[in-house]
Amino acid sequence: MDNRRPPRTVSDPKVRQVGFVTPGAAPPARYLSEAPTAAAASSPPSGDTAPPAISTSPVMIPPPRHSPSAPLAVPNPSRRDSLQIQVGGYNPPEVLLESPPLTSPSSRMDDAVSQFSEDPSISPCNGRSEAAKVASSFPGSSGEMMVMKAGIVGGGSNTPKSSWTTASVAKTRPGISEKERGAVVGMQNDGAGVSKTLKEKTTKAERRALQEAQRSAKAAAKESGAGVKLSAAPGGAVPANTKQGKVVKPPAQKKDGPQVANPSVSSEKKVVDRPPEKDRKKDVPPPRMQFDDIHRVEKAKRRAVVYQFEAKNRVELFRHLPQYIHGTQLPDLETKFFQLDPMHPSVYKVGLQYLSGNISGGNARCIAMLLAFREAIRDYSTPPEKALVRDLTAKISSYVSFLIECRPLSISMGNAIRFLKNRIAKLPDTMPESEVKSSLQSDIDRFINEKIVIADKVIIRHAVTKIRDGDVLLTYGLSCVVEMLLVYAHEVGKQFRVVIVDSRPKLEGQVLLHRLVAKGINCTYTHVNAISYIMHEVTLVFLGAASVLSNGTVYSRVGTACVAMVANAFRVPVLICCEAYKFHERVQLDSICSNELGDPDVISKVPGRKDLNHLDNRADIENLQLLNLTYDATPSDFVSMIITDYGMLPPSSVPVIVREYRRENLWI
Amino acid sequence: MPDLQALVTDFVLKLKRRKIEGSQATAKQTAELLRQVVSQQRMPYTNQASVLIDAVRAVGEQLIAANPIGELSNSYLFLAVGNIVRRVLHIIREENLSSTTAAMEGLGLTAGSDDDEGEHEDRPGLSAAAVAAAARSTLRAPSLQTLLEDIPESAVAPHPSSSGGDSEGKSKSADRGSRSKKLKHDVIEAINELIQDIDTCHELISEQAVEHIHQNEVILTLGRSRTVKEFLCAAKEKKRTFRVFVAEGAPRYQGHVLAKELVGKGIQTTVITDSAVFAMISRVNMVIVGAHAIMANGGVIAPVGINMVALAAQRHAVPFVVVAGSHKLCPLYPHNPEVLLNEFRCPSDLLDFGEFSDCMDYGSLGGSPLLHVVNPAFDYVQPKLVSLFITDTGGHNPSYVYRLIADYYSADDLVVQQNST
Repeated sequence: MDNRRPPRTVSDPKVRQVGFVTPGAAPPARYLSEAPTAAAASSPPSGDTAPPAISTSPVMIPPPRHSPSAPLAVPNPSRRDSLQIQVGGYNPPEVLLESPPLTSPSSRMDDAVSQFSEDPSISPCNGRSEAAKVASSFPGSSGEMMVMKAGIVGGGSNTPKSSWTTASVAKTRPGISEKERGAVVGMQNDGAGVSKTLKEKTTKAERRALQEAQRSAKAAAKESGAGVKLSAAPGGAVPANTKQGKVVKPPAQKKDGPQVANPSVSSEKKVVDRPPEKDRKKDVPPPRMQFDDIHRVEKAKRRAVVYQFEAKNRVELFRHLPQYIHGTQLPDLETKFFQLDPMHPSVYKVGLQYLSGNISGGNARCIAMLLAFREAIRDYSTPPEKALVRDLTAKISSYVSFLIECRPLSISMGNAIRFLKNRIAKLPDTMPESEVKSSLQSDIDRFINEKIVIADKVIIRHAVTKIRDGDVLLTYGLSCVVEMLLVYAHEVGKQFRVVIVDSRPKLEGQVLLHRLVAKGINCTYTHVNAISYIMHEVTLVFLGAASVLSNGTVYSRVGTACVAMVANAFRVPVLICCEAYKFHERVQLDSICSNELGDPDVISKVPGRKDLNHLDNRADIENLQLLNLTYDATPSDFVSMIITDYGMLPPSSVPVIVREYRRENLWI
Repeated sequence: MPDLQALVTDFVLKLKRRKIEGSQATAKQTAELLRQVVSQQRMPYTNQASVLIDAVRAVGEQLIAANPIGELSNSYLFLAVGNIVRRVLHIIREENLSSTTAAMEGLGLTAGSDDDEGEHEDRPGLSAAAVAAAARSTLRAPSLQTLLEDIPESAVAPHPSSSGGDSEGKSKSADRGSRSKKLKHDVIEAINELIQDIDTCHELISEQAVEHIHQNEVILTLGRSRTVKEFLCAAKEKKRTFRVFVAEGAPRYQGHVLAKELVGKGIQTTVITDSAVFAMISRVNMVIVGAHAIMANGGVIAPVGINMVALAAQRHAVPFVVVAGSHKLCPLYPHNPEVLLNEFRCPSDLLDFGEFSDCMDYGSLGGSPLLHVVNPAFDYVQPKLVSLFITDTGGHNPSYVYRLIADYYSADDLVVQQNST
């Protein structure tokens, strides 16, 4: 591969070439010309025009879209163009969204004040305690909402956290909030004096304004890749204000620090002197909830919407993963359908579908979740006394925690949620609600379209170049990208045969088999044990992935590792098809530290085999456990190539993609 | 004789219809049948051994011919049958040899004519003497004396069939009369011993369990093998506590049966799907599986899925141990064993009948059906993936299997079906 790479003739330093590059191709032009075809081909590909162009075209990685520091309003015009071309239904207002109007803080402050003037509790303190009250009235996820609010008040900088941490952080929240409320009340009582009401009035407005300005400053700072430096804030704050800041600040929460900053300090100045290390530190994904920690599990249970029973006879090795008796939640949830207040019905529906297993697969789950959120946002209206951004983020977080209770998040969903929360956090406050809603909805549409639908098409175009006539392609389980690839390859007239390897308990391969045979593709069906037999005739292995981790490990449906291993032993190339939005900076070496446990009962029952009843009354047997893993981790040395929407890469290049494009994933 | 013939056809039918489960049962029944053959064989005064060999071989041919595909591509049942036929042939040769050498030593004559005569009659095509001499040298215990004796013998061996045959035959004929009952009796005794060995091999193997299974070990196995079950239970009885992961072994799901049996003995058992083997192997200390046959090169014919387990074990440097009785040793060298030594089961194990009938119609338009279902029954595990064989004669390396086989089989009998080919 290296010797085929042409010398660096490309003048534009921003354009990187990854993968197989044909010399002499003009990369930027190619990329741009390629994008529209991919975008235009939302209907089933016509087949004549696109593939030849693709087969010769180099795989390009466009420059990462780091948001430039302050003047966001003037982005690179060419990039804007490409963006607009790429995404079909894309209207001007959204483009404006990319550059939040960073006008002078004062005007914004005015706006904010006028917008929330009817709010009786304008002070952040009161607002928060208010929020806490409201939140605690919700049955399930008050803690979570609280955290989100606290996060937003603290400058909205902790939004990209995965919801796992919010859940874990939430443990400490309720007590503190109580304390806070008490403290605030106490302070108001003793610090009042005669001119209490007057002072309060002025400070309220002032504080409010301060808050808003700081948040906007913070947001601007954050998006430019640096933050507010704590010490850079000169004094100038009202004494009462600093005092309050002290009171408000819970011991562990450092994010509240910048609150003390003076609004008069321009955001551009603060932007510069933030050490990059701090940003780097945030890259480390937060630790996940460990379910062998009894205290945390207890606390999480108290918040839970879904009533779940812990399974008996659990496997010792997997104590750290949640396992519930399957099916016990469903009737309980169904009865709650009409009374469950905070949950939007569409989210609820999706949650139930996750629970019942009707929706599975990384892309399908992600799309279903995003569409549900979209609907929820459409029906959303800011309650009185609330700020849209905070309330909406809290709502989304509560939805997410509900979905987690139904089924642990997939990494694709985690990334999508991160994206959505970032979008919400970045919303300018001046935007009217209807506009916010429509822009968020179109953001979601754009994410689905760009990161999933079009990405799949690009992957297919790349992958189909690897299929030659006479190939025998092996695939495992059901991956929608691989399915699309096989169908597409068949449509463009490649002569090949497909081997579908399947395994219990899901038997997803049968679904794929049905679809492919219906398309007239020659298929061989077998089970995963026979993989060593069938591998003799196979020339290429195409696998899907739930996620590709930063060390090149492919995290996918259980059994993928077996297939990749046997293919590796038989010297058959293994190609992984995975959209780049599923990449994650986490690393993992085995399949045990992080996994998802399925329903163990499906192991004891084999459909169509009535004679196999040896494990029927397993709950009575103490020594017997059934283990139904959902995922496994394929080591990177079994993987020959990963095909993503950014091109075809070796697994060692995954961290590069993660590093260069993570920001773009967040800030699309 | 008609009685015997009926027995043979009955057994052949059972084999054909897969009525016999497991290689051990097959081996035992084959041995019992051959014992019948030997005991009913009328013994002439001369060439007793060759008569016996012919009779056994004839039955063996019948049994092996029951396999529709032919001997070289036989399933494990037929591998077991072939093994036992060869074992019995070997027993006859050995008994004959020991009695003749005893007689020869008394008479001061050179051994080797007896076998030659027998082979001289029925298969002149083979250079019988050379083969026999070679076989004999492997039969005897390798002592310095036999080494010395064999050198002149093998040099002489090609010649004496013409010259020494008649004279020796006359001189020995009187002696043979007294030996006639003895040979048959010895052979039957030896076959009984073989049957007993087959019966008791589990105990011999499981006696070694404590040497291999330590406290708190995590063991993975796939499917069900009686030997593995006995092995694990023996370790449990010796107060070892360990955990067992049982991969269910699709499409037969015998792992469920094994799990239930192990749990009944109080062993911590976890049933996993076959696809989770790779995920779990990183926490496993040892893989213990059964086998259907151990080939002469140290390769293993085992239930489908074992090769995957072996590869995963190799990847994680987990010892891969095969427990098998010595009756599973097969003197054949495998060639393309995944195909030739395999057996294909019914597709309905994987797909419901009729589920794809509409697709079949669609596909048959183009000549060949669009949908194939592959459901092989066996895997071949390369010798390099096997860490250890534990047989009733102790633990062995894969590279040593060829020598074990020489202990149990005679080189003459490697090809049982020689008349037909």
